[in-house]
Order: sequence, then structure tokens, then C-alpha cells
Amino acid sequence: MNQQANSATAAPEEAAQYLTVNLGNEEYGVDILAVREIRGWTPVTRIPQAPGYVLGVLNLRGAIVPVLDLRLRFGLAREEYTATTVTVIVMVNGRQFGVVVDAVSDVVEVAPGDVRPVPDMGTTVDTEYLKGLTSVAERMVLLLDVDRLLQPQDAQMLEAALASSDVKAVA
Amino acid sequence: MSKVDLAQFHKAFYEESLDGLDAMEQALLALDEGAEDPELINVVFRAAHSIKGGAATFGFTDVAAFTHVAENLMDEVRSGRRPMAKAVVELLLRSGDTVRDMLSLSMAGQPAATAESQALLAELSAMVSGHAAAPVVAVAKAAAAAEAIEGWDIAFRPFDYLLKSGNDPARMFRELEALGPLAVTCDASKLPALADMDAESSYLGWTLSLDAGAKRAAVEGVFDWVDGDCDLTVTPRIAAPAPVAEVAAAAAAPVAAAAPRAVRDPAANSESSSVRVGIEKIDTLINLVGELVITQSMLSQFNDGVDASQLEMLRHGLAQLGRHTRELQESVMSIRMLPISTVFNRFPRLVRDLAQKLDKKVVLDMRGETTELDKTVLEKIGDPLVHLVRNAIDHGLEMPDKRVAAGKGDTGTLRLEAFHRGGSIVVEVADNGAGLNREAIVAKAIQRGIITTGEGMSDEAVSDLIFEAGFSTAAATTDLSGRGVGMDVVRRNVMDLGGTVAIRSVQGSGTTFTITLPLTLAIIDGLTAAVGDEIYIVPLVSIIESVQVKPDTVRSVAGGGELFRFRDNWMPIVRLFDVFGCAGQRRAVDEGIVIVVEGEGTRIGLFVDELIGQQQAVVKSLEANYRRVTGISGATILADGSVALIADVTGLVRMQARRKAA
Amino acid sequence: MAKILAVDDSASMRSMVAFTLRGAGHDVEEADNGQAALDSAAVHKFDLILADVNMPVMDGITMVREIRTRADYRGIPILMLTTESNPEKKMEGKAAGATGWLVKPFDPDQLLATVNRVLG
Repeated sequence: MNQQANSATAAPEEAAQYLTVNLGNEEYGVDILAVREIRGWTPVTRIPQAPGYVLGVLNLRGAIVPVLDLRLRFGLAREEYTATTVTVIVMVNGRQFGVVVDAVSDVVEVAPGDVRPVPDMGTTVDTEYLKGLTSVAERMVLLLDVDRLLQPQDAQMLEAALASSDVKAVA
Repeated sequence: MSKVDLAQFHKAFYEESLDGLDAMEQALLALDEGAEDPELINVVFRAAHSIKGGAATFGFTDVAAFTHVAENLMDEVRSGRRPMAKAVVELLLRSGDTVRDMLSLSMAGQPAATAESQALLAELSAMVSGHAAAPVVAVAKAAAAAEAIEGWDIAFRPFDYLLKSGNDPARMFRELEALGPLAVTCDASKLPALADMDAESSYLGWTLSLDAGAKRAAVEGVFDWVDGDCDLTVTPRIAAPAPVAEVAAAAAAPVAAAAPRAVRDPAANSESSSVRVGIEKIDTLINLVGELVITQSMLSQFNDGVDASQLEMLRHGLAQLGRHTRELQESVMSIRMLPISTVFNRFPRLVRDLAQKLDKKVVLDMRGETTELDKTVLEKIGDPLVHLVRNAIDHGLEMPDKRVAAGKGDTGTLRLEAFHRGGSIVVEVADNGAGLNREAIVAKAIQRGIITTGEGMSDEAVSDLIFEAGFSTAAATTDLSGRGVGMDVVRRNVMDLGGTVAIRSVQGSGTTFTITLPLTLAIIDGLTAAVGDEIYIVPLVSIIESVQVKPDTVRSVAGGGELFRFRDNWMPIVRLFDVFGCAGQRRAVDEGIVIVVEGEGTRIGLFVDELIGQQQAVVKSLEANYRRVTGISGATILADGSVALIADVTGLVRMQARRKAA
Repeated sequence: MAKILAVDDSASMRSMVAFTLRGAGHDVEEADNGQAALDSAAVHKFDLILADVNMPVMDGITMVREIRTRADYRGIPILMLTTESNPEKKMEGKAAGATGWLVKPFDPDQLLATVNRVLG
């Protein structure tokens, strides 16, 4: 590592590894440090009052883990879940959740210097879930900000919290 | 200085001191009732003694000073110099409370000595006969050092048994040598013939000459452990006048050593989140895991496939695996189980104090203290029990003269009992007092607008009224011979634990409260129900009954609601299909089942498609990775590995109440 | 390195002693009363025993008296850990066969100094 740092051409920071997954015609990168496991599609148990992109929960070695569909999250049409459909289990801030994607494709190395900001170019994905984009062997890879995937339900959680405090006040 | 950080032992010291204080309190209460077991006195002494020792070691000097005097008082009792009078018991009980407070303050990093503790310390000191004996540090020998010494002549002849005590002359000589140059002459004149020699006896004597101006205390210190086991003379060789400074240093040393050390752990607090586990439980776990490993290796031989001849073996192996897994689960669960005595312990004191205050005579009869309960349940059952016990003494048991007038003994009995019944733990609080006053309760309930008339109500239904919210207020506690202070709170607390409270009262002869609790919160018994394409689990403890719906038992109300007639009462129907937005086919109301459940004293009918069966469910958190979901208390894993959600009956009742209010 | 048995009914004192001695490279077993100490001594062979005086089940003095009747513990050093600064307790311990004592409160340094004294 020190040798690399001494070399004039190397990037000042270490390259990060990304797992690339396919969604429609696009390729997304998930920080490999967040990836815990990749598993085939298994049916989940639906949860009441969940946003549409949260498919339900599954049993991951005794833990109850929510699963969200990345297509639905990004407002794409829902695909049939098939044998190639894959659930990527990620861990963010101590919480585990599964992300359903069409398929996983590769692990790529991306130097920080190679990450470019996302221009508003009409990708299917709302740019707020992206950290940036990069190209790997002529292919464009959109780097996902995994931390934010489950986040925009904050508004709903707040609502839920208000509702439950309401109940307490009544009780 | 040593690198050992004493703060790491503070929590252990705190916890064991609390245990010691509890034991002390129990022993004192037993002594108060006239028990004459000398072991009880020892228990009290030992508690004070241990806390003093630990407090001094770990730097809690205020606590050490306080317990030191309490220990002296107990020492007088123990040695028979003082009788265990009521006043002594009283003072020691209060001392126990004070030490408990002081320890909490110390753990919170605050000064432990308060005005209150100082006042009590003064009382204690006054009681201890003669002087308030402060620890006497050996200062007496300091005077002897006021000589200018250039060396020491020592004559040392151990008695023959010295070696058996583990003391070794060679070791002592090494210690002397550390003080300065040492010349040793051995006297072997007493050595017997080889045949008569006992290898473990000492026959030798020594003359030693130490060429160093060491202090007498240092020289004699080498021999302090063999004082009385040898002939010893230590003679100084004196030269010049005394160096005064050295004396001052010698006297100052012990003071410096005893100075308080400012070691406190701000992170430590009195909430204990750890569980102390009996070693036998750990051993059981280890054994089980061992067996599991053996079974696993047995099964691993089938990795490459099974032929028909091995089927029996495979079946056997799988059965064994199942059994071990079940046993392992039970053992792991048992780690969370603690005896209910940890809660019962506070009652002798409470009952004694309360009876004294009210001039009533009460005998406390505690049974089944070793019954084990889940730690979480234990932590939450204390307050409701205190409530019931207080009420029983305050309102249940009569004054002695009233009891005698009613033809009973003047002393009332309060029974506190825990036992297993089925898969539950039952805790009973029973008194042989006056029983509930039906008329007074009915009158009160009418006044509070809970009922309009008591006519036609069974005694059971009347008794249940005291659990109604709004039945009683604190102001109403004394104007009624019945009970009622916040009984609705008691019931809610118990129900939060998945338990139930029942009441049984016979006018004139007493009242019994029966609390039924689940063994553990981690596993529930549940009814599995199908709703649309989904499966939900309803906790059995909340279920009153499941009923097939007939069209004439259902009535629609304005706003789309439905009511269901159950035992002559109409209750709202809550369709899980709608509440949970289930997938699949919504059934007509007469094609399903109504599960009558009760939460917070309110009954509703949960409408499901069909009942699948009853099963035990290990409760898993949804919040760990997701969030709270209204109407759902958690999830569990079914036999096929899929997840089923557990209905939160209390939550559903609240949702229904909100809908009605809206 | 010596094999040492620490006997005290107070878990905090016992851990302090054990922790300190382990830190000095000794192999330490623990027991919470005299009877447990006797049981442990029957299984292990200790080079040194440190025992509290006042304990439930079996006190330290009885334990010392008992253990001195065992052939393999006759000359093994045994130190009493005691808060009793009064001479009778020390004498009682000595009469039972204790080698010496260490008066509580003591700090880890004092403990190590005393242990080094008997282990030479």
C-alpha cells in the first residue's frame, strides 16, 4: 500500500470494489463492503402498511429481513421473478435488507478519481440514490448509494410515529 | 504502580453488595421475628464485613467508613457482648438502605456521604459501645525506630513444626538479604540421627547478622508470620543519634496508603443489563453442544448420498438432531430464567413496615420462591405485585380488634405464592381479610358511570369492576373498604407481559389475586390462522374463544362496521383481511371464523378465514432490520422456514378504538 | 509461573486477585468458599492458596485446617486474606496452619509483593 502511495500515478485513495447488478438495460454498482450475501429468489412474506417496493420479509438464518425490489424502487415495471432473479443482502448501519435485482454480473474495481458526478440525463433512476457513475470496459456503471435505498420512507416512519403517539394519548 | 485498573471490578462489587444487603435484610427480618439461628447473625455480619472490605479495596472510602461501624456493631452481637435487640435490628435495617443508596451514588460517580448517611453513622457510632473504634494503624513500633542503627543481630530458632505452615527460613533470609548484606550461621546441634528425622520438621537454628540500618519494622516484618512459632531475638547495633526525618516518613506511610483513590466508573449505572448464570446451566449447554457436534458428524457421513440400508440410521440421526436442538433451545431459554425470589425478597420488609405503620398484625407466607421466570418478566412484575400486596394489607386485612370481633385470629395472613401451571407461571397474592364489599363496589361503579345497575351481575363480574379504568382514583383509597388504587394499571402491566389477572373473593374470608404469566416472552403459544393467501399468528393468551359465525349473530352498522353477538354482548368485528390489506379472496362474514380476543380489558372479534392449528412461536423482532408495524407485534418462522407475522392484539384493539372515535 | 488458588466469597475481590495474578503470569483457579476450595485442591495441585477468612458454607480457617491434613498440601504456602486486623484472627489462622496473611484493603501491588514473598 505504501508503495502504491509513493507511485506518482496512483490515485491518492484506494480503489473501491463494486458488485455490479443488472436492472433492465442498465448496470448498477453496489459497494462490495455492504454486500453480505447473494441468494436466489425465494418468496417473501408480505408486510402490512409497507410501501409498494418493500416486497416483504424473509427468514435469513433466523433473522427477519425486509426485501425491496430495486425495479419498483426506481419506478420500473415489475419483472416476473425467475430462476435468475437474485436477492442481494446488504448491511447498512447495522440493518440488513435484501435488494431484488434482475441479475448480478461482475465485481469491478473503481478508483475514486474515475467516479464522475451523475448528469441529469434522464436515466430511469432518480439521481438521489446514486453516488456517481463510472465506466468499466466501455460499459457505464451507475454507483448506488445503498444507504439511501430504504431511507425515503422516513416520512412514513415519522407519520407512523405520530400516529402511535396519538394512540398513546388516547389510551 | 500496578497497571491493574480497579474500576473494572466496580460493577461486580456493586452487584454482589446489593445481593449481600438483600441477604442481610432477610436475616434481620427473620431475627426481628425472634429467630435464634446464630447463622443469621453471621449472615448480617458477613454482609457488612464483605462490603467494608470491598469498598476499602475499590476506593469507596465513605461506604467503607460507614460499613466499618455497622460491622463493629454486628461483631458485638456476634461475640455475645450485645443482644440482638429490636433497636439494633431497626438501626441495621436503616443502615442497609443507606448503604444501598451510598453504593448507587458511588457508582454514579457522586459523593456517597450525604447528610442522611452522616446522621445515621452518628447513630450507629453512638450505639457501638465505648468508642467509635477507628482502625488502629500500627504506630506503636515507630518509637523504637528512633535510634540510629547500623545493623541488626538476629537469633532465629523455629519450632519443629514451622515448615508445615508453609513458611520457609530460606525465603525469609532472602527477604532479609534484600534489606542489606546478610551473614548467616547455622546451628545444627539439634539435628537428630537420620533415622529419627521427620522430613517436614525443622531442627535447625540460625544466627544472622544484617549489615544495614534497616528499620526495625522491616526486619521484624520478615518474621511477622512466624511470630509465636519460633524463638526470635532481634537486636539493633546502635551507632550515631537518631535521624528524625525517617521516623516521620515511617509514620506517614500508612496514611498515604490509605488515602482515597478517585476511581469511578461513570458508565456504570444501577440498571443491570447482565444476567448472572449458574455454572450448571453453562455446563448443560456445553454438554448439549457437544452432543450436537457428535450428531452432526454422524449425519455428515451421508454427504455423499444415502443407500437404502442406511435409511434407518439417517432417520435415527435426524431424530437425535431434533431432540438436541429442542433441548438446546430450552437450555438457552433457561439462561434468561431467574428465581422469583429476586422479586419476593422485598416483601418481608415491605409487609413489616406497612403493618407497623397501620397497626395491623400480618404474617407473610411466601411459597415457591425458587420458581423461575424470564428476566424481562421478572423486572416488570415487581411493581404490580407491590401494588397488590400494599392493597391487601391496606384494604384487605382488617385491624386486629375487627378480626377478633369477626371470630378470626388477630393476625392476618398474606400468602405470596408462585408455581407452574401448564406452560405458565402463576403468582398468587391472597389475604384472609374481609373480602371485597360487593355493595360498595357496585355503588362506586354506578357513581363513576361504569355501570347503571348492579342487579343481575354475578359476583365475578362485580369483582372485575375494580379493574376498570376510572374505577378508582388516589383520593378514593380510604373511603372504601374494598380495593382499587390503580388496579387498572396493575391489569395493564400484567397484560403487557402477555399475562392475565383474575380475582376471587369471598366476603368475610378473604381475596385472592391470581396472576398468570407466560414462562418467557421469547416464545408464545399461538393460533395459526389463514387470512386470504396469508397466515397470521394470534397469541393464545389473548384469545377468549373462537366462534363460527352465523348470519344472525352479525349486524352491520353505519359507516361499514360490523358487530358480532358474543355471550349477549355486541362487539366490533375487525377483519384482518382489511386491516392488513391481505392478498387473495375476501370472504363473506359467514364463511369464516371470529376469534374473540381481549386487550386492555376490551374485547373485539378478529375475523379470519380459517384456523390452521396451534403452535409455539419463537418471537422475532421486525424492528431489528425494518420498523414497527401497527397491529403486528413481531414475526416468527414456520416449520417450512417461511415467515409468519404475529398479530398484536392490544394494538388492534387500540386501532379499533381510534376508528370508532374518528 | 505458579498455580494459585484464590478463595473468596466476594466475586469482585476474587476477580481482582485473579486478574492481578494472571497479569503477573500465574495460573489462577477460583473458589467461592472453603468447601469449593477443598474440592478444587483435590483436583489441582496448587503452589499457593490465597483464602478469605469469612465465607459461607465453610470459612477459610476451617478450610486451612482441613487442607493441612492432606499430605500434598502440608508445606504449601497459604495466605489468609482478611480484613480482621485484630491479632486473634491472625493467630487463629496460623494455628490452623496458614503461612501468613494479607490484610484488606490491599491493592494489586501489595498483593503481588506479598505473593512474591512466599513464592520466592
